[in-house]
Amino acid sequence: MVRVRALAVAATLSVLIALVVVYFIFFLESGPPAIAAVVSDGTARLTLQTVPTYGHHPFPDWVSYLAKDASGRWQHTTIFKVPAHAMVDVTIYQYDGASGLRNNFLSAVSGTTGDVEVINGTAQHGINPDNAAHTFTIPDLDVNVPLPGISPNAKNTCSVTPCTVDQAHNTITFSFRAPGPGTYRWQCFVPCGAGSLFGNGGPMQTIGYMSGLIEVS
Amino acid sequence: MSEATVVGTRGGEPRHGVRIAVIWAIATVIVLPLVIWVVGPHIPPGTMSQQTGDQHTVDVALTALATPIVLLIWVYFAYAVTVFRQSGSAIVDGPPITGHRRIEATWLIATSALVLGLAVFGTADLLTTGGAGGGEGPNPVAKPADWRGALQVQVIGQQWLWTFRYPSYGGVETTTLALPVNREIEFHVTSLDVVHSFWAIELGVKADAVLGADNIAFDKPLRTGSFQVRCDELCGLWHGHMNTTGQVMSTSGFTTWIAQQETANAAVTKTLPPYARVYFPTPTRNAS
Repeated sequence: MVRVRALAVAATLSVLIALVVVYFIFFLESGPPAIAAVVSDGTARLTLQTVPTYGHHPFPDWVSYLAKDASGRWQHTTIFKVPAHAMVDVTIYQYDGASGLRNNFLSAVSGTTGDVEVINGTAQHGINPDNAAHTFTIPDLDVNVPLPGISPNAKNTCSVTPCTVDQAHNTITFSFRAPGPGTYRWQCFVPCGAGSLFGNGGPMQTIGYMSGLIEVS
Repeated sequence: MSEATVVGTRGGEPRHGVRIAVIWAIATVIVLPLVIWVVGPHIPPGTMSQQTGDQHTVDVALTALATPIVLLIWVYFAYAVTVFRQSGSAIVDGPPITGHRRIEATWLIATSALVLGLAVFGTADLLTTGGAGGGEGPNPVAKPADWRGALQVQVIGQQWLWTFRYPSYGGVETTTLALPVNREIEFHVTSLDVVHSFWAIELGVKADAVLGADNIAFDKPLRTGSFQVRCDELCGLWHGHMNTTGQVMSTSGFTTWIAQQETANAAVTKTLPPYARVYFPTPTRNAS
């Protein structure tokens, strides 16, 4: 009888330990996928979009970035892979409205080729801080690109991803030189996590929405 | 139990107390100079600024003070394990100790004197070094002698970036912290959102950055070179990345650098709010 009990306890413990191990493995592996930039002629190309609401499980009302993969499909991720020392051309389709920067200093473009961004075809060194919807900022590389919001009177706005180019948006392009191998964080500096403390919770604190990593290899 | 029993002179018992005291004294004479002159120079935070130099001196002094106490414990422990070892299978209690007025009085007086002495030393040190590099709030009590000529630098924390404003240079803001050598610096530390902590490691400065608060800390860099800046208050997803490298420059180097910053950032400086001790981002800017 005692032996049976001991075996039962051992079996139960083994199952519990296995469940915990599986949970942690799942947790560690459950991040968003990494999207490799499309490379041609030594230039890496990243195509992104910023959306006011992701529109899908698990956080349909969260603001988010999306990235286009090599097959042209939009993926819900903020982890990008680029080759070391390559020129990286970035195109961002920005579908969200403006909510303004907390620190106006980040309204200036920095770290890009010529310290400029091209907004709907016009090269600019910065934007009105109050018109910022998001930023694409890599602090360790001193790259900062503010993204202007769409007009509050815009028609045909996007609410469910992926947004399409026939919906109201701004197109922002810029280039920067990738550094040596390493992993660099990037984030949005507009406090756009609506409903959270200082607007910096929720999507601002979650990789896959308004923060991410650039893996340079 | 008599004192004679404590030091072990009765019935041919070795004088354990004297033995321990002698071993302790010899160990202290050997180890203490090593702690002060061999280990001491490597104790953080170094001597890059007046404040770090002072912190270093205090750290070495406290380590030196602690050394004899640690050695006494170690010597007693080793002696007890080696000498007070019972043989045989019988377990016999030692003689009961019911108190010893002289030892108790000595212990109380010595520890009280030590603690009060350190309190006086620490207070005097804080006051004479302008707060020893710590944040003193908006109205600092401890100011360095030449604080009126200090260069004011505002440190702004936000999730997850440090920026720095120089009010005496048109309020220009930068992501790089550069300071002139041999000049008193008056840091004004604040935050635009949650609580951060500005920690300039090699300068010995640490001050909380709090929304709506102007936390002042003084520092005087004594050597040119780089130093690390980190956030020392858990502040969210990228807290571990909220760091940067600062530079202490020659006076002429700083003058050149700040002029370059004023020129390069002239356009964005116009968009900044007027320099203020604190900033309250408007509700429309926190997406709440």
